[in-house]
Amino acid sequence: MAEYSAWQVLRHALTGNTGWKPAWRKPEPKPRYDVIVIGGGGHGLSTAYYLAKNHGITNVAVCEKGWLGSGNIGRNTTIVRSNYLLEGNTPFYEHSMKLWESLSHELNYNVMFSQRGIINLCHSPAQMDDAARRGNAMRLFGVDARMVMPDELARRVPGLDLSRTARFPILGGLEQPRAGTARHDAVAWGYARGADRRGVDILENCEVTGFLRDGDTVTGVQTTRGEILADKVAVCVAGSTGRVMKLAGIDRLPIESHVLQAFVSESLKPLIDTVVTFGGGHLYISQSDKGGLVFGGDIDGYNTYAQRGNLPIVEDVMAETVALFPALARVRLLRSWGGIMDMSMDGSPIITTGPLPGMYLNCGWCYGGFKATPASGWCFAHTIAKDEPHPLNAAYSLDRFHRGYVIDEKGQGATPWKH
Amino acid sequence: MTSHRLTSGGRIDRTKTVRFTFDGVRYSGFAGDTLASALLANGIRLLGRSFKYHRPRGLLAAGYEEPNALVTVIEQGVREPNIRATELEVFDGLVAQSQNRFPSLGHDLMAVNGLAGKTFSAGFYYKTFMGPAIGPLKGTRFWRFCEHFIRRAAGLGSAGTVPDPARYERMNAFCDVLVVGSGPSGLEAARKAVAEGKSVILCETEAALGGTANWSGPDAASFAETLISGLRDNQDVRLLNRTTVWGRYDGNTFAALERIADHKAKPATGEARHRHWVIRAGHVVLATGALERAMVFPGNDRPGVMLASAALRFARSYGVLIGRRIVVFANNDSAYETAAILHRLGAEIPAIIDPRPVVGDWAQSLADEAGAKTLPAHAIVGSGGDPELDSVLMQPFNLETGKLSGPKRGFACDTLLVSGGWSPVLHLASQAGTKPVWSDKLQAFLPPEGDDHWHAVGSCAGEGIEPPAPVFEIKAKGDKAFVDFQHDVTADDVRLAHREGFQSVEHLKRYTTLGMATDQGKTANVPGMAIMADALGKPIPDVGTTRFRPPFTGASLGALAAERFADLRPERLTPMHHWHEEHGAGMMSAGLWMRPESYNQPGETVEDAYLREARIVRRGVGIVDVSTLGKIDIKGPDAAEFLNRVYTNNFAKLAVGKARYGLMLREDGFAFDDGTTWRLANSHYLMTTTTANAGPVMQHLEYFLDCIWPDLSVNLTSVTDQWAGAAVAGPKSREVLAACVTGTAVDNEVLPLMGIVHGKINGIPVMICRLSFSGERAYEIYCGAHHGQAVWNALIEAGQPHGIQPYGLEALGALRIEKGHVTGAEIDGRTTAHDLHLDWMLSKKTPFIGSVMLTREGLTDPDRWSLVGVISSSGEKLRGGSHIVEGTKDAPGRSLGHITATCLSPLYGKHIGLALVENGNTRIGTRAFATDPVRSETHVPVEFVSHHFYDPKGVKMNG
Amino acid sequence: MIITCPHCGPRDLAEFSYKGDATRTRPGTASGDLAHWNAYVYERENPAGQHREFWQHTGGCRKHLIVTRDTLTHAISHVEFPPTKAPRRSGA
Repeated sequence: MAEYSAWQVLRHALTGNTGWKPAWRKPEPKPRYDVIVIGGGGHGLSTAYYLAKNHGITNVAVCEKGWLGSGNIGRNTTIVRSNYLLEGNTPFYEHSMKLWESLSHELNYNVMFSQRGIINLCHSPAQMDDAARRGNAMRLFGVDARMVMPDELARRVPGLDLSRTARFPILGGLEQPRAGTARHDAVAWGYARGADRRGVDILENCEVTGFLRDGDTVTGVQTTRGEILADKVAVCVAGSTGRVMKLAGIDRLPIESHVLQAFVSESLKPLIDTVVTFGGGHLYISQSDKGGLVFGGDIDGYNTYAQRGNLPIVEDVMAETVALFPALARVRLLRSWGGIMDMSMDGSPIITTGPLPGMYLNCGWCYGGFKATPASGWCFAHTIAKDEPHPLNAAYSLDRFHRGYVIDEKGQGATPWKH
Repeated sequence: MTSHRLTSGGRIDRTKTVRFTFDGVRYSGFAGDTLASALLANGIRLLGRSFKYHRPRGLLAAGYEEPNALVTVIEQGVREPNIRATELEVFDGLVAQSQNRFPSLGHDLMAVNGLAGKTFSAGFYYKTFMGPAIGPLKGTRFWRFCEHFIRRAAGLGSAGTVPDPARYERMNAFCDVLVVGSGPSGLEAARKAVAEGKSVILCETEAALGGTANWSGPDAASFAETLISGLRDNQDVRLLNRTTVWGRYDGNTFAALERIADHKAKPATGEARHRHWVIRAGHVVLATGALERAMVFPGNDRPGVMLASAALRFARSYGVLIGRRIVVFANNDSAYETAAILHRLGAEIPAIIDPRPVVGDWAQSLADEAGAKTLPAHAIVGSGGDPELDSVLMQPFNLETGKLSGPKRGFACDTLLVSGGWSPVLHLASQAGTKPVWSDKLQAFLPPEGDDHWHAVGSCAGEGIEPPAPVFEIKAKGDKAFVDFQHDVTADDVRLAHREGFQSVEHLKRYTTLGMATDQGKTANVPGMAIMADALGKPIPDVGTTRFRPPFTGASLGALAAERFADLRPERLTPMHHWHEEHGAGMMSAGLWMRPESYNQPGETVEDAYLREARIVRRGVGIVDVSTLGKIDIKGPDAAEFLNRVYTNNFAKLAVGKARYGLMLREDGFAFDDGTTWRLANSHYLMTTTTANAGPVMQHLEYFLDCIWPDLSVNLTSVTDQWAGAAVAGPKSREVLAACVTGTAVDNEVLPLMGIVHGKINGIPVMICRLSFSGERAYEIYCGAHHGQAVWNALIEAGQPHGIQPYGLEALGALRIEKGHVTGAEIDGRTTAHDLHLDWMLSKKTPFIGSVMLTREGLTDPDRWSLVGVISSSGEKLRGGSHIVEGTKDAPGRSLGHITATCLSPLYGKHIGLALVENGNTRIGTRAFATDPVRSETHVPVEFVSHHFYDPKGVKMNG
Repeated sequence: MIITCPHCGPRDLAEFSYKGDATRTRPGTASGDLAHWNAYVYERENPAGQHREFWQHTGGCRKHLIVTRDTLTHAISHVEFPPTKAPRRSGA
């Protein structure tokens, strides 16, 4: 398949754009694959891509129950960052950041990764110290971080309420300049095209309805498009992990499914040129290239598989937005949607072999999965190919909960809806 | 420029002239006009520029579905962008501007985008701008560079940065039946519900109630009028006009936006601009009507091409005749009647073009009435005029094959009315998760059968919709053929998406941005799906169905935020708050509470002040407001057993009249909260918690009593706000108490450390516990909150001879650091009792919450971080959040932990701190560095010491 | 979402705090069975369908409720107070 480039776009435009080929094939399932990845979302597709690219495993199928990218890869607020506090997290997310930085080029697909920075605002001296603690942790791991002061904020974030009379006056913030946003759908499509070009079969409308087993060992999957055998079956279905794992007889996991709502305003001329988060509540806001403000807050906070939230969170997120940017009271909310999050017991993900022989599990991303897409696939592919975790994901084991090696960025313990 | 206003008719008030400006030019209209109708009456048809190609655009519709005519309203410097001209009611002094054009609407330089032909097709951005592999623009830099210009070209109107001075309100309402839409079927549904004795709320998005009755002729109008006046007189009915129900949530909870003052030059004093309604309805009737769809053909976006229903509305509601010479292009009969009416009003209708092979008798008679020639089996294949329409091109069309053949023929006209069939407005049904059903007959998605909670009526349910021919697009060569007008998505874009494999409705939407503009594709979604279905060779419903999500139309953030932020985050003030402010305290937020940081005297910095305050506590006596501590009253025969289970240490054996320091763990074995709990009677305790955890601890206790141990007879009451508290600390604290407390002695015999006494101060009952956070002899004095100030004053007065001074949070922090007491900075949800050297508090005999889980290997790993003291060896300042490393500044090595709290020790004059450090226990006496690269860039040599800097044996506080 | 509190009547979601899965069984207070404790603290069935869960009416009577709710539709089929037990004889 031809490389995408400005030249190709021009050439095709002259012939009425009739020459473009599908971004990925729509093959029939083969009877057997080396690896089946369940879940055609960002993480599943990147896993397939890196299996092929890094490990030479190309006899791979990705089974997606609906349309490709229909899960959380297309339902997030597109923020990419590696500003983590804990040793178990920072190097992993920084690895992801490095993959992001060359992703468009590598995939020959513009995922519009825009390194416009993220600023976490602080509203008390204690929050400033906490931010410094995190920033220092990042710096010691070689991650970029800097503190920003109100005068710089006034310059860079017009409309931000910097008055001392604000309910939570802004004292400063922590910035990760290399953080930013990316076009979420493009990430799914770019990985899909990249995997497809390396021989991976992407099977859309292919819902897994059961697992084929030989004793304990998983030997393949039953799907709505027939039985498919595989040496290894990798589950990568954030939001549906509970449901899919039940098909394999795994009834209980350290995960609850919760809905996170996201919001977009109508399109505006450039206003917010970075990503801003609020420390007086929970709000993150940026502006897409099309001009819509993209923002979100807390999860609704009750178990659900319905991609639909409720009004209290809507009101609270809007209230926080207007508290931070009083001029935005005049802007209108245009769209909202909900995504189902695998909320884990410590707020950190799971990338592991098992829990059954022949099975591999990637889940528990809470609402941080988008930024992790490249590293998650990269590490999961390694874990599948080598049958052991890469050092970057060694801490993301399933047994860490029982053993007490939790990675709890928020310090909330086993209350998933508070992470 | 000629007036298009008819001499009579319309629901406007011709006695009230309204003056307004659009793009700096002054116009006049009548009260009751929208900006769209007023500009049309003035002959202005060019109202906007499109998103991508910046094509000149006029009005397509007359209501909320309008995709093209978006304007910005500027009012006293406050900008509100993206308002549909069709919804903006004009008022005297209105200032509106067109958007997305430079320098002007007539001459937009960005229209050059249109010349790039098919380059800017769907997927354009994904295939380009990847940037070079090497050089200064490698990686993401090239995209960042290009993005800057792309973002400026994109976007619609500009939002302001001036705070919005408007007021917004929130209203909760309840009703048996909510009716959405006040057209004839909505009014009828409301009438029926009222007759059944039900309470009703009826919402209408337009200014005038009546919906289609307002433009369907006199019979419909009088029918509606009768129903409306019947409802208006009924106490059980609330009629809300200018109110859009935009969201449907669980439990039949609806969100609606009422525009109270947008149509006024100036809101009344105190009047809100918008009101956010939250309506809980037993049942909802969706009488939301149906929207006409446009047809897709080359040049279908030229100003002058309009929906037939819109022309009817402009004529009947606003007395504006949209054109003099009007061609109609319709695939159904509904537009024929419009043609006849417009003809009666004075328009010439040269032709009605219909893709269907045969025109029915009824339609033909209407065409005859309109004096129009009917051209069945024909289609429009192009339009002309710059920028406004002056001609259309048509060609014979075969409905079976969709093919065009034969000679093209032009018609001169100033207006082309189109009707591509009707789509019921089923959004609110879909938002609740129901799946729309495709009707082949109506070529539209219909809401499914309703249930106990909702049903649809009227054209929303498909009633009375004229069945159209199944034709959505005329595939002709020529200009771009638009599906989504606002986002400039063309039929070719849809086909390109198909070609590249983006074939499901969601892929189509995401790849082409179809339906993602501010009109949310209300007129575009079904045609877009139809073109995809055609490309796939499948029926339309096989492409999928879009699930609609809130909001139905945009809702202002201000309204949604109304009365929410501050209500949910109240500023909590202690009873002594104003005294603190009057005495120079800088107040800072601690959670929701406001607490004094320090009481700065003239010329003092915060550091000067806290050093002075803390030294006074160490040498004399100080007083601090501790009212914010969480306080929980615990009563019942099982109170002692309950506390034994909740705390890691024993509270059952605590003597009455004594207090004990307690530690709570979470179920997972990690530390949760600490505080003192006082045994006031055998079955009565008063628990104190940290300020931050007052709420969570209360919920934690309630959970265990309700859900885990319902057999325990214990009652909990949060009394945080009922008690005011002051801590008097320092060697001379006893003298202060002795001088003002009556009814009890306060000497060491009667009131030793952890002792409790009851007495009075100035006649006010107080409860005194001898506790020490600072390490000095100290007492906490509690009284009823409303007496807090009086008791505080009495303590200050009694302390005057001893030089008592108030101290704030900074001094409190410095004192506790010296003493090595932990707070939330150390009990951060990740630390264990062992980490904090509180393992001595873990009962070995009785089980408690977390007692088993804390034995796990991860919680007892010797490499865990544990609490140590640090002293700056160089005399440089230490800062909280610094990390502990062993390497040099340039090569610091890995982090061994971090500093949780620091101060300049008032006692030792050194910079000290507490830190959580890997293998902390083994490091006492060794050295390392505190590094702070993100902030001060200091790299301070530190020595590890015990976290008990001051009086480790507790001689001072016991004495 | 509207939850009908048996004590206060139908009230909006905003008045309630979620407290999670109500089907877990907590080991007895004196139990030293670490595996059971781990399962109780960390493992969830997380069903797609009927879910019994604790909610606390924090903005009302502050009682905990057991709500049976469908996690696919949010429809609530049952609300009750947690089971009571005979009062323990106070002796400790």
